[in-house]
Amino acid sequence: MELLLSGADFNSSPRWLRFHALAVFAFLYAPIAILILYSFNGEGVGGFPPRNLTLAWYRILFADGAIWDSVFNSLQVALAAMVIALAFGIPAALALERTQFPGKALFRRLVLLPLILPGIITGLSLLMLFNVTGTKLSLMTIVLGHGTALISVATTEVFAGLQKLDRAQEEASLDLGANYWQTFWRITVPNLKLPIIGAALLIFTLSMDEIAVSFFLIGRDNTLPLEIWGRLRRGITPEINAVSTIIFLFSLAAIVLWYRLRVRSESGAGMDMAIGRASEASSA
Amino acid sequence: MFSRAYKAAVTLPPLIWVTVFLLVPYLLMFCYSFWSVSAFQTIEHSWNFSNYRQLLRVDVYWQTLLRSMGIAARVTAFSLLLGYPLAYFLSFYAGKKKDLLYQLVIIPLWVSYLVRAYAWKTILGSDGVLNTLLQYVHLTKHPLEFLLYSPFAVVLTLTHIYTPFAFLPIYAALEHIPRNLVEASHDLGATPGQTFWKIIFPLSIPGVVAAATFAFVLSLGDFIAPLLLGGPSGIMISNIVVSLFGAAYNWPLGAAISFCMLVLVVCLLFLSERLEKKWSFS
Repeated sequence: MELLLSGADFNSSPRWLRFHALAVFAFLYAPIAILILYSFNGEGVGGFPPRNLTLAWYRILFADGAIWDSVFNSLQVALAAMVIALAFGIPAALALERTQFPGKALFRRLVLLPLILPGIITGLSLLMLFNVTGTKLSLMTIVLGHGTALISVATTEVFAGLQKLDRAQEEASLDLGANYWQTFWRITVPNLKLPIIGAALLIFTLSMDEIAVSFFLIGRDNTLPLEIWGRLRRGITPEINAVSTIIFLFSLAAIVLWYRLRVRSESGAGMDMAIGRASEASSA
Repeated sequence: MFSRAYKAAVTLPPLIWVTVFLLVPYLLMFCYSFWSVSAFQTIEHSWNFSNYRQLLRVDVYWQTLLRSMGIAARVTAFSLLLGYPLAYFLSFYAGKKKDLLYQLVIIPLWVSYLVRAYAWKTILGSDGVLNTLLQYVHLTKHPLEFLLYSPFAVVLTLTHIYTPFAFLPIYAALEHIPRNLVEASHDLGATPGQTFWKIIFPLSIPGVVAAATFAFVLSLGDFIAPLLLGGPSGIMISNIVVSLFGAAYNWPLGAAISFCMLVLVVCLLFLSERLEKKWSFS
């Protein structure tokens, strides 16, 4: 096949295709490379060529209390959102795979909608809910927003894992006298370990980066993206490049960690799969 | 094999949660869109269509909506133009490097959206990397002002962000095409161009539809990139909503616009679902 397609008579010009691919990769990576490069630039964010390479911006960053407070807030939010999304996303996947009830189609669409809905709509509709119920905006409201929106990610991942699961094990467990609760924790969850870990990593990363929903639900304490956002409005310094570079390295570590896990499993998860599955699920 | 208690235990908690935190808020948004703001800056719970009438009557709203759709359409077109040939190259020609290249497309998806928009701001500004580079190599004498704070900047940034999104479903669709169909077409004497247009492209249409839906819907509702890079001429519909919920303090009117967006998005999803079904071969 390889031979056939790269054969001389298959002349749909892989050369321009190769060039196009190269250009797209350059387009995707150039801004990230420039961002990292200028985090070391002594002369500020712009200006070509970069001059006086320095670590000064990283020193300023490490001494910047407000940034680290916001990082701490974001970590708390991401952890709590992850717990909510998994606590409701896993049962939702079980419900979608194993039960029939009136309104199931609507339920599925509703759960998955935040995956593709612009964040502003999710954020604003929750803002109105909190306003009507007199809930004070805080990190807690952001947790509720992220948790609710990201149930969709947990559900798509776990649903895909369930479809590959052999039900005989669960049946055997039930036949042998274990109750549903025991069967769930001893058979179902261990078999779904990788989809669940994958979903958890993905939810964590997405929550750490989220800005559109948080934008409307923010109280007094900032998350990291909103702290960066606030500074961008006041003017830009390479300190933002420095913190972005660090976020980038952590995201990269999360991806490597995830692909390590994924190589060992057959059921893949990840942002790519979530998107693929969202389009499949919405048309299922 | 599953008892009723089991089914209730897995169904009810998510059902209740989603009802409280998704369905009720959407309905509340719908209610708000019929209310109004009094002279004393309080919400009047009197029901009328004045917000929707205002949307039809005041040009700036639907003009901004049209401009947003124009920007989203351009982002969609560029993302497909960049994403499709890339997906085609990876699926059919990349050989052993396929997996590595695939990961390379995915990595930017994990990089914070805000960080990528910010990176473009530092590149496109009048003292930015691109302008100083152009002056450095004496291609231009003065900074090109149209680069930043323009619809151009918004389209460029959103294309950068949504190209990997567009790539994924197209790549998945191409990977699902049975390779013996391509071989058969080739063996029967079709040229590579004929094989592409008669076999490969039609079979990849569901992926293209999914890709276009993602790129269009997500860029249509964006407000961060326009705020950061758009300037006055790059304002999009969500920016108007943001200001109505902020300084302009007219939640009901903002809710009316948001609800229209919600309806538009749901309609687009139904449409794309039908198109995908129509073109899927299985």
